[in-house]
Amino acid sequence: MARLRDLPLPSADEEIWRYSRIDALDPTSFEVDADAVTVDGGEGFVSVGTRVEIAAEPDVFAEANSEHQHTVLIDVPRGEVVAEPIVITHRSSPGTATFPRTVVRVGENAEVTIIERFSSVDPGSALVCPVLSAEVSPAGRVNYLATNDLDVEAWQVGHQLISGDRDSSVRLSTVTLGGHYTRVRTEARSTGPGASTKQVALYFAGGDQMHDFRVIQDHDAPHTSSDLLFKGAVQDRARSVYTGLISIREHARGTAAYQTNRNLTLSAGAWAESVPNLDIRTNDVKCSHASTVGPIDDDQRFYLESRGVPPETAERLVVLGFFEEVLDQLPAGPHADELRSAVAAKLDLGGDRR
Amino acid sequence: MSELVISGLRATVAGREILRGVDLTVRSGEVHAVMGPNGAGKSTLSAVVMGRSGYEVTAGSVTLDGEDVLAMPTWQRAVAGLHLVMQYPTEVPGVALHDVMVEALGSRGRDTGSMRDRLVAEAGRIGFEERFLDRALNVDLSGGEKKRNETLQLAMLEPRIAILDELDSGLDIDALRDCSRRVEEMSNVTERPLGVLAITHYNRLLTELKPDQVHILVRGRIVASGGPELATTLETDGYAAFVEGSDDGGDEADTAAEPGSALDDLFRI
Repeated sequence: MARLRDLPLPSADEEIWRYSRIDALDPTSFEVDADAVTVDGGEGFVSVGTRVEIAAEPDVFAEANSEHQHTVLIDVPRGEVVAEPIVITHRSSPGTATFPRTVVRVGENAEVTIIERFSSVDPGSALVCPVLSAEVSPAGRVNYLATNDLDVEAWQVGHQLISGDRDSSVRLSTVTLGGHYTRVRTEARSTGPGASTKQVALYFAGGDQMHDFRVIQDHDAPHTSSDLLFKGAVQDRARSVYTGLISIREHARGTAAYQTNRNLTLSAGAWAESVPNLDIRTNDVKCSHASTVGPIDDDQRFYLESRGVPPETAERLVVLGFFEEVLDQLPAGPHADELRSAVAAKLDLGGDRR
Repeated sequence: MSELVISGLRATVAGREILRGVDLTVRSGEVHAVMGPNGAGKSTLSAVVMGRSGYEVTAGSVTLDGEDVLAMPTWQRAVAGLHLVMQYPTEVPGVALHDVMVEALGSRGRDTGSMRDRLVAEAGRIGFEERFLDRALNVDLSGGEKKRNETLQLAMLEPRIAILDELDSGLDIDALRDCSRRVEEMSNVTERPLGVLAITHYNRLLTELKPDQVHILVRGRIVASGGPELATTLETDGYAAFVEGSDDGGDEADTAAEPGSALDDLFRI
């Protein structure tokens, strides 16, 4: 294994890296390693280890991913429906830098569900720079879930680049509980009329963790739609950032785009930032955005306590209820209860409360 | 036999005195109605007894069977046997009634088995549709359904004393009948009958829920107490006499109640 070269890192002075922990990252402290990946399901549609180039490399981490990529290619030809979810599991080891690349090609009127899981073998710092590239052909359907359960010392800087052609349906879900610093930048582009994307995310940071999401809903064709629901919670000294952009280009008339970001701050020392943006270049659109950051609603807490539910239990119920709207929409199937339990287990009740 | 004793209770909200010495005793099996105009302090009374934040008790006491209620956090008041049926039940997204009842009965050390069956059975008694049991608490429920849900929880939790804060607001006549009859039943059982403190703006609740005593609350004080006939008097004469009788000048406890005007109209609806 060789040390990762000293990447020309961006600075937190740049808007897209604002609030981030990029200034504290030292790439040379990690050794480049092959991604320890397993793939379950999708026989006949999956190949592992072939290099695949992607259309764009938005930053130095995506470039490094191109250089060191360990690629899972999922190619679903026209008309094929993959019945069971394809589950990709990455296991990161302390001290390593890994560059998982997942490339998904969904043919015309084809359908696939993919669950990609990121976790750590052992406690300790590591760097994971994944790239997801998905191209969905006309009337194709992809349902994708990424879960992050990395160790609390691990770094993740990831990209998701998705494009959906005419009448395609893209669903992207994220459940992030892990990482010292977990960042995902998502560009979901609709390139053909009738294309729709739906994104949901659950993120929950505690201790000294930070979760950082930068999301673009890019409407590059008329009569496209996108919907986004990101729900996060921070406790202890944890931080989170959501910045979202709805971009509707001049020719994307008849478009509907929505983004909602809601955050619970569960401790006085926790911090969440929410920055929704709109860039709309045509008049004929339906658009809305909503964003909230705040503690648990006093009325909800009082309602449960007035039934005789102790405060910590009331808080647990309210937080899990808050996330239920996202959990309910995941394609996780058998993993849903596991994720629910992981969220519940993470609640640090009776700790550093306000 | 249980007894809720409210004695000389004074309370302020944001520095303004809303309750100015309330005395009231409710025992098992009794139904007390507290009536009064807008702004009289009716909802404040229920909030203070249940321990909602934002209210400061400046004098007086509240005890349940001799225990100091005001010293307990809200959930312990509920465990001790008090229950509040809310005027506007709070929506709690993603939280199932089933789970709340399991936790609420669990904290009382009571049986939490066969919860689903018990909920279905109780829902049937008050006309709460079974499909609504699976909705998040009070989310996507009509006013009437919310009050049926409140009444269902009351019946499941079997408190000693229940405070009904405007049970009759926002619900249709069928739901009003179903809810108040269930409360009436609970107050008439032989073993541990429910004591009821029904706070209401209108007389119509009292046609279903027969009060033993009616109290008129005006400007933070109970200005008259009597039998059910007092509610009938109100129906005919309105609040004018009570409101004027309590007017000691310089009163800032009440902004909404204009003596002898809008109130009378409200009460004749």
